[in-house]
Amino acid sequence: MFYREAGDFNTSYAQDQQTFPIKFDRYRYYLVLFVAVFVIPFMVNDYWVNSLFLPFLIYAIAAIGLNILVGYCGQVSLGTGGFMAVGAYSCYKLMTAMPDVSMFIHILLAGVITAAVGALFGLPSLRIKGFYLAVATLAAQFFLVWLFNRVPWFYNYSASGQISAPERDTFGILITGPNTEAWATYMFCLIFTVGSALVARNLTRGSVGRKWMAIRDMDIAAEIIGVNPLRAKLTAFAVSSFFIGISGALFFSIYLGAVEVGEAFGINKSFLVLFMIIIGGLGSIFGSFAGAAFLVLLPVLLKIVGVDWLGWPTDIVAHLQLVIVGGLIIVFLIAEPHGLAQLWRVAKEKLRLWPFPH
Amino acid sequence: MKYKLGTLAVAGLMAASPVMADLVFPSLSYRTGPYAAGGIPFADGYADYFTLLNERDGGIGGETIRVPECETAYNTEKGVECYESTKGDGALVYQPLSTGITYQLIPKVTADDIPMLTSGLGRTSAKNGNVFSHVFNFPANYWDGASVAVKHIMEQEGGSLEGKKIALVYHNSAYGKEPIRTLQELSEKHGFELKEVPVDHPGQEQKSQWLQIRRDKPDYVIMYGWGVMNQVAVQEAANIRFPMDKFIGIWWSGSENDVLSAGAKADGYKALTFHNVGSDYPLYDDLQKHVIDTGKAAGAGDQVGSVLYNRGLYAAMLVAEAAKTAQEIHGVTDITGGQMRDGMEQLEITEEKMAELGLPDFGPEFSVSCENHGGEGFVAVTQWDAEAKEWNLVSDFMQSDQEVIQPLIEEDSKAYADENAIEGNC
Repeated sequence: MFYREAGDFNTSYAQDQQTFPIKFDRYRYYLVLFVAVFVIPFMVNDYWVNSLFLPFLIYAIAAIGLNILVGYCGQVSLGTGGFMAVGAYSCYKLMTAMPDVSMFIHILLAGVITAAVGALFGLPSLRIKGFYLAVATLAAQFFLVWLFNRVPWFYNYSASGQISAPERDTFGILITGPNTEAWATYMFCLIFTVGSALVARNLTRGSVGRKWMAIRDMDIAAEIIGVNPLRAKLTAFAVSSFFIGISGALFFSIYLGAVEVGEAFGINKSFLVLFMIIIGGLGSIFGSFAGAAFLVLLPVLLKIVGVDWLGWPTDIVAHLQLVIVGGLIIVFLIAEPHGLAQLWRVAKEKLRLWPFPH
Repeated sequence: MKYKLGTLAVAGLMAASPVMADLVFPSLSYRTGPYAAGGIPFADGYADYFTLLNERDGGIGGETIRVPECETAYNTEKGVECYESTKGDGALVYQPLSTGITYQLIPKVTADDIPMLTSGLGRTSAKNGNVFSHVFNFPANYWDGASVAVKHIMEQEGGSLEGKKIALVYHNSAYGKEPIRTLQELSEKHGFELKEVPVDHPGQEQKSQWLQIRRDKPDYVIMYGWGVMNQVAVQEAANIRFPMDKFIGIWWSGSENDVLSAGAKADGYKALTFHNVGSDYPLYDDLQKHVIDTGKAAGAGDQVGSVLYNRGLYAAMLVAEAAKTAQEIHGVTDITGGQMRDGMEQLEITEEKMAELGLPDFGPEFSVSCENHGGEGFVAVTQWDAEAKEWNLVSDFMQSDQEVIQPLIEEDSKAYADENAIEGNC
């Protein structure tokens, strides 16, 4: 009824190409942003931020990054955990080497370093494809974790091999360490998440993104029409790793505060982020958010329902959680193999015609 | 739907919010995952001791005790979630039983003014209370364990380790890496050769490590393992016919779970401990009467008397005594986290006190002070008797080599103090 194009006139090319062509969608998007920026920061406490918002925002960045590589460029990667570790460790080295520089710059630099490492590990993608590439990135995953475990320089020779984030601020507001305010860490991550989503959205609908998609759909055809596979694949690896590096840096410095590489950035993390984009929807920015929300928030909600209200034993709830999340993944993938983003798209199509579908 | 769940979640939090009239001891336990075999008995022991206090004495100083449990699965992210969800409840003390989670929580508990006890785990240099104001690791820590293991080996070898070879099989994580520095210092001091053999999480596959040990032929093997890694290591050691009495595990590698699966071949395997073993104590009679017979035991109730159950019991006893001390110091029964910290800092465990509690001769005597949050470092050696299926104490409680450990603690805690600009609390 109110969700329709009719009466919404575009008078310029820019309007014609906007991300949300329908007015209702556009306002909903502004409303979500408004609530995220002006309402949530005034309402959150430590629990909401550290258990729900931070992991959601940070995993969303990682999912966007991996989605660029897998969903848009079609290069399967199992190295996400390793690349997040690169982001985390470079952020740590930068934080401890240059304590006076703003955290914004450290996080961005960590992303740049990860982009370089990612491009390096992307080189094999020029020769191998599909499952073989997945194995090559798997090697990157294990190599990077081994490296950070093995070379004491990366963890500043601490006795335990853990890295822990010292207190750092940006514009005089504490961002890392235990004495931070909930809203500060939330806003800091929100800025990066929104920024990443905007950049990713605009990259993927521009010429760079079209080249990636051409490579994904058929690389020989893409080469014939003039897409340089070397550049397209390496830029996809670099941009994807940039976002993943940022998420790794935030994961370590803002969210956890101390990490141990094998535990925090192991192969499980790679799979988790891969599941997020498969469930959320390959080749969709919204899908990255939906997948992250599904896998981060649902277990916490199940825990609250099971333990805090129903008073069930914690181990039963933990096991049920695995069963329910696993079952839902199967149901979703059977009902809609293209993920939550496709469900959303279908719902919107239906909504356009509603209430007169014929 | 989303909206509904959101409001439900808010309502749930409200419902679970503090009813501030009781003492809250959150239990960050793990009853699932690869380390559950160790997490379950500890959590049961921890909960049962507090149930006993509630049932028999009506709590501590007249205040009832609540032990909200939260499942971490030994995972640091879930550990943080658990900490955040329980800390607003008036939590008095945390015992996460995971070195990884401990590292996360050290800065957080300090900022939130809640003490944390990490008996025999966590960051060893937290012993220096001058730097780590809210973290305690009495009665013994990882470095004490390493030192006493070497001391025990020295006794076996008649006083000299010159030219001997000792291998360290360790869990390749913050936990397993802790003793390396101490053992390196000790190897210089005593002239033995140290071989480091890392095992990656979770440690189900150790063929190559034990092949290496078989080739190197070390005289002794020390192990810092946890979870399934222990069972596999004991089995592999049996397979290469490594003499079991020359294989010494840290206290986290010395429970029934770790040796039962290897059967008779595990006979003679040794492990360190910082508390006594078995269930032959007066406290167990009360436990039977008030908790087990009334059906109030935590979990399945099948862990009673096992090594890790005893450790959970001991951990609960230590913080309960600290809470009593805090109530005495501050003259109130409904104490806060900050007051609990003071109680822990002035805790004194004596033989009379333990006997009074029904646990005579259960652990070493020690006292805590502002500078020393780690006790005196007394550790004993236990040995597995595969036929009787029980652990037996085979040595006295020996003190670790403070000459070696103290400078290391100073050094490591100073590094932390510099990194975080801590000036000192004492």
